Amino acid sequence: MRVVLAEDLALLRDGLIRLLQAHGMQVVEAVDNGPALLRALTTHRPDVAVVDVRLPPTFTDEGLRAALAAREQIPGLPILVLSQYVEQLYARELLSQGSGGIGYLLKDRVSDVAQFIEAIRRVATGGTAMDPEVISQLLVRHRDSSPVTSLTPRESEVLGYMAEGLSNAAIAAAMFVTEKAVGKHIGSIFGKLNLHPQDDTNRRVLAVLAFLDAGPHRP
Amino acid sequence: MTVPIDAAAAVGPPTAATAPPMVSSPPAPTPGLPTQFLWCWVLVLLIAPTALAVALLLAGAGSAIVWIGLPLWLIAVGYLRLLTRAYRSVAGRILGERFTADYLPMPSGNLFVRLRTAMVDPARWRDVAYAFFAVTLGASLSISALATFIIFPIGYWLSPLLLRLWAAATRAIIGPTGEAALHRRIGTLEEARTETLDHSAAELRRIERDLHDGAQAHLVALGMNLGMAEELMPRDPQAARALIADARESSRAALAELRSLVRGIHPPVLADRGLAGAVQALALAQPHPVEVDVQLPDRPPAPLESAMYFAIAEALTNSAKHACARGGWVWVRHEQATLTAMVGDDGVGGAQMVPGGGLAGVQRRMAAFDGTVTVSSPAGGPTIVTIGAPCASGGAGR
Repeated sequence: MRVVLAEDLALLRDGLIRLLQAHGMQVVEAVDNGPALLRALTTHRPDVAVVDVRLPPTFTDEGLRAALAAREQIPGLPILVLSQYVEQLYARELLSQGSGGIGYLLKDRVSDVAQFIEAIRRVATGGTAMDPEVISQLLVRHRDSSPVTSLTPRESEVLGYMAEGLSNAAIAAAMFVTEKAVGKHIGSIFGKLNLHPQDDTNRRVLAVLAFLDAGPHRP
Repeated sequence: MTVPIDAAAAVGPPTAATAPPMVSSPPAPTPGLPTQFLWCWVLVLLIAPTALAVALLLAGAGSAIVWIGLPLWLIAVGYLRLLTRAYRSVAGRILGERFTADYLPMPSGNLFVRLRTAMVDPARWRDVAYAFFAVTLGASLSISALATFIIFPIGYWLSPLLLRLWAAATRAIIGPTGEAALHRRIGTLEEARTETLDHSAAELRRIERDLHDGAQAHLVALGMNLGMAEELMPRDPQAARALIADARESSRAALAELRSLVRGIHPPVLADRGLAGAVQALALAQPHPVEVDVQLPDRPPAPLESAMYFAIAEALTNSAKHACARGGWVWVRHEQATLTAMVGDDGVGGAQMVPGGGLAGVQRRMAAFDGTVTVSSPAGGPTIVTIGAPCASGGAGR
């Protein structure tokens, strides 16, 4: 798997390169600023890009902007954005192109190596990897007067994992239940939220995220 | 829900509230003719007491060589102070303003000390000058005003005109001076500066405490766990593994602490996207839907931008926490050298600025920018919090 990496802090950049290489990924280019990232993404067209939000020269959301610009040119280019903090606003912008292959994780998650690598692979295959913190922020808006309140605790848990982008198998593993049980929960959730059932995992994730993002008072 | 911008527009920009507190006084309505007639009488009746004051002054000057003149003067200036207060009051009512006098505080010393203070006080000298005006030109003006009142119909317009002329002259001599206004301004600024310094010192202490109890403690635990794991590795790899997992948890907790701390100091999204983006992000994080309408030609200076962000955040938090709001809106503009934010909700209302409360804290912080915070929150709602601060131009070179 060919990866483009964008991280301006040398310490973290070297660590990430080592981590990715140890898991059989090939880092075709590691850059440390926004303009270089955009150029690397469009020339290499990697299988996936791992991008830090804050990059030189502006030290603001340069990485995010470069990623969005690259996806304008190459629709569906898989990008995993890492950040010291997560903002719903940025999650929404990343998801707005609606084609999947998007990840948005706190940098902390790198320390859980197995899950981090799994998230990269998921994004590379067109899936979604949303940080649990994004999901919990989204769920705040469904505290009251939303169909989400009618879910059982178990179903809420499944909804959270589903919104993060996990597959049925991964949800089953995380909750120590069978895939069949997960399937049943998902069917019930879609019924209660009045969403169309989707066979395709990626489309299902995006539908759930769009539902949560819209808030409880949808027109 | 509909975009409640009309509600914001109806309230209008809070111009009066954002003006710096120079000579602040609510304008009074112009008094009616009968009242003006009454004042003419008052002024005419004041002529004789004023003449007495002038006589005292002259007598004091004449007998200054012999010691008796000095106490006479002191009595005269004290008496003049009472007289000019009456004149100021009448002139203020005619002009619809409120004049305040700025005398130097009179020390409680012996005769000479008090006399010296009176001699160096410009306000006292203006009183003396006014006494001479009042018995000459002022007296003719007020007598004419009273006399013309009876001549119908000229009195209807001439008499009020003469009264205003008299009042304007009075203001010119014993009205508030630019210097006095400056003194008051300095007082306000000193107060605001002290509060700002206190506030930043308290903030630094809070940050130090948060770092000490939070991230630092977690990092210490992390180092400890790793050290123990290193020791245990050859003998008990299983236990070492558990310790390393603990260490990872500590690093996660330390990062979470640092993240929330950074958000409290300067939210990254504010640095990235300015006020417009940051308010949008704030709105997204609220449990109730919040409409955002922010139009800024450029970024305000960084300190004001940050203060405004935290003020809006506080108002939104209040909406969500106390108002049981089902919907809200934020409106921000930078017009006529004023940065104005309005935060509204359709909640239960009844919000008040209580000392030590969140909104009072916002007001204290905005005071450092000559800013104001006003709360309109009738019982039953809606609540509108208006935050305004003078802001000449955008922040350059960021």
